[in-house]
Amino acid sequence: MTRLHSATELEQLRAGILSSRNPAKPCIAVCAGAACHGLDSSRVANAFQTEVGKLGPDAGVEVRVTGCHGYCEKGPNVVVGPDEICYFEVSPEDVPEIVDRTLRGEVVERLVFAHPDTGEKAVHMGEVPFYKHQTRLLIGDNIRIDPMRVDDYLAVGGYAALAKALFQMTPDQVLDEVKKANLRGRGGGGFPAGRKWETAKNAPGKDKYVIVNAHEGEPGAFMDRALFTGNPHKVIEGLIIGAYAIGSHRGFIYTRHDSPQLIQHIEQALAQAEEYGLLGENILGSGFDFRVEVHYDVGIFVSGESSALMRSIEGLPPEPRPKYIRTSVAGIWDKPSNLNNVETWANVPQIVGRGADWYAGIGTAGSKGTKLVSLSGNVVNSGVVEVPMGTPLRKIVYDIGGGVAGGKAAKAVHFGGPMGGSIPVSLIDAPLDFDELAKLGAPIGAGGLLVMDEDTDMVDVARYFLEFLTNESCGKCVPCREGMRQTLKVLTNITKGKGREGDIAQLEDLNDVTGAACLCALGRTASDPLKSMLRYFKDEYETQIARGSEGKGSEATGSAAR
Amino acid sequence: MSDVVMQIDGKEVKARDDMTVLQAARAAGIHIPTLCHHDKLEPFGACRMCMVEVETRGRKNYVVSCLYPVAMDLVVRTRSERVDKIRRVILEELLAHAPNSPELVALAREYSADRDRFDKDPSFCILCGLCVRYCAEVKQKNAVDFIERGARREISFIPEIAATECWDCQECFALCPTSYAQAAFFLTEALAFPGRRKASAKRMMTVKLPSMQRCDAQPTRLSNDRRCDCSKPAS
Repeated sequence: MTRLHSATELEQLRAGILSSRNPAKPCIAVCAGAACHGLDSSRVANAFQTEVGKLGPDAGVEVRVTGCHGYCEKGPNVVVGPDEICYFEVSPEDVPEIVDRTLRGEVVERLVFAHPDTGEKAVHMGEVPFYKHQTRLLIGDNIRIDPMRVDDYLAVGGYAALAKALFQMTPDQVLDEVKKANLRGRGGGGFPAGRKWETAKNAPGKDKYVIVNAHEGEPGAFMDRALFTGNPHKVIEGLIIGAYAIGSHRGFIYTRHDSPQLIQHIEQALAQAEEYGLLGENILGSGFDFRVEVHYDVGIFVSGESSALMRSIEGLPPEPRPKYIRTSVAGIWDKPSNLNNVETWANVPQIVGRGADWYAGIGTAGSKGTKLVSLSGNVVNSGVVEVPMGTPLRKIVYDIGGGVAGGKAAKAVHFGGPMGGSIPVSLIDAPLDFDELAKLGAPIGAGGLLVMDEDTDMVDVARYFLEFLTNESCGKCVPCREGMRQTLKVLTNITKGKGREGDIAQLEDLNDVTGAACLCALGRTASDPLKSMLRYFKDEYETQIARGSEGKGSEATGSAAR
Repeated sequence: MSDVVMQIDGKEVKARDDMTVLQAARAAGIHIPTLCHHDKLEPFGACRMCMVEVETRGRKNYVVSCLYPVAMDLVVRTRSERVDKIRRVILEELLAHAPNSPELVALAREYSADRDRFDKDPSFCILCGLCVRYCAEVKQKNAVDFIERGARREISFIPEIAATECWDCQECFALCPTSYAQAAFFLTEALAFPGRRKASAKRMMTVKLPSMQRCDAQPTRLSNDRRCDCSKPAS
């Protein structure tokens, strides 16, 4: 690899990569995302490599091991380009047939999508219901990229936005563009990224840091991993552009110690970017210097909280900092530190590349762009979904998700994991929008959408989330540690049929104090799931408590019914 | 010096701009209860007892006064229905662990906290961290630290350090609002380094009792609590 010294050299390199590829030739993309990997997709990939190897290089068939395609439910996923023919649940035994038919320009009918009710087949990606209703601006490139090869990212236009920012825009113009696009943080709070950048930019001090929060510890959230593992350069490009806008020369990626594939891809991406001169000193000959370090978590949920994450990078235990000062003013080593999550950074290249006006044209008045959603729970199609902001939840759950699994009725949808909230199915036409969903009590959070069917016990759901948080809280402040301990006891008793009169008042009282008095966002939002349950499903709590206070456990229902 | 003017409980208070609300209130003779605060230590913000209501630009907020910086024209209310409720519930949660701590019992009386609201879970330690932070920040020995997290968090003496450093110090015992620190120390001794008690320590067969700052705790009718004897000289 040769170091690039200008934007022109970057474009020449890109032209060279594209001219060496024949877009008309078949390219077989085998998903190696977490779910497919778990389904042994590496055996499928190996089989393809062996089979295609037999053909020799003249056949021009390429096998590409890629990141997550999105349709986790039907893995291992294989997409055959250039027509994007989707094969699902592919096993190594299917491979010779796929290669043979592909060479003859045919389709393996038995492996394409068939509608579970009508049997209607869908061959191409644009026809498969799961993909058809999505707008895949961020995750769409995953099928075209081997995350271990920077050339694949360059082939889809990668780093062009960086060159544009460095050579055609001032840092202030980049910042203005992000502000104008109204990009809001995808990590949970939905805080405008541009305003955060501006605070860090204007904060006094020469040393400033930019950080990718790639912790994603929330149960039921897996979209950041899918995006970062599958397309690491997109996030890194966003980070470099952000650093340029803010005036930072040092960045950190904080991620999980327990995702070897993700770590490998990040490290490879950083090394390759540096070799090309897209990172390091004098990036693309622009005079801008920027370096990135990777840090790993210590395996606890709270290390994804911004101030705890920064303490962890400093080498201290990841405990949230109690100070009333923003990390964008005083973060790592008390220097201005701008933290955004994976998805937020990944949005930056397209905002700079295609412009704020284009970006702001997608979504709702207050929530712009697309949003990645981890769809799971009692839904037919679980996987990673990307839709424009404002998409009704019904469309995500039914059109994309295929409805509730097992032919059951939906009862509730839950957003935001253990710090989110549940809304009843009657509100399923609500739009995917930061403010609208927050008003309903189910803030988007990081974007984990859990579908719950009619058999779901809402007391048990709250208990489950609380149990998770009780173990994951750092335990420092009283209302979090003790408030959750007592709340969990009450909920556990109710689920065991030992509910008592007054339990609801007890829960509300505890929840109120936990939500108001905790030190960090983990504690303050730990009360949210229960709050939403008591708002929408109070009668279910009352029924279960009544069963308990009659002293008969679950038998009471039967006798009462008679 | 006095470069910030603010209002605490309706009273005009002058403060230095590097002060916290708690410092400003105390300097003005206004009492805010604390459990984890100590003037010699960095503010910790863990007990949340010192929560107050602040109002800036018409927006009401609940903050811990031990960390919240003073500001011009800040309006602070140290007591309100909601503040009292927060303190009451926090006390009730802590009393489940240390029902006879004189400090907690006194505060419980003030805030009408029900000592028996929650089932007893007598771990005695309320994890205020005074011992841990005093050992780290003042003594710089780190002989006692927190272990585990969440609901499993506890303090623990580190045997290797405690066996040599604690005999001539034991200053954290007096800081402890529940006497758990000394119990934890002697438990560690019994388990990890029995028989290695220093000669100087053997002479004082009874443990040094509070002499530092906790003696102003309200006397309590709970006679089984040794902390109340602190005014008597140790024999």
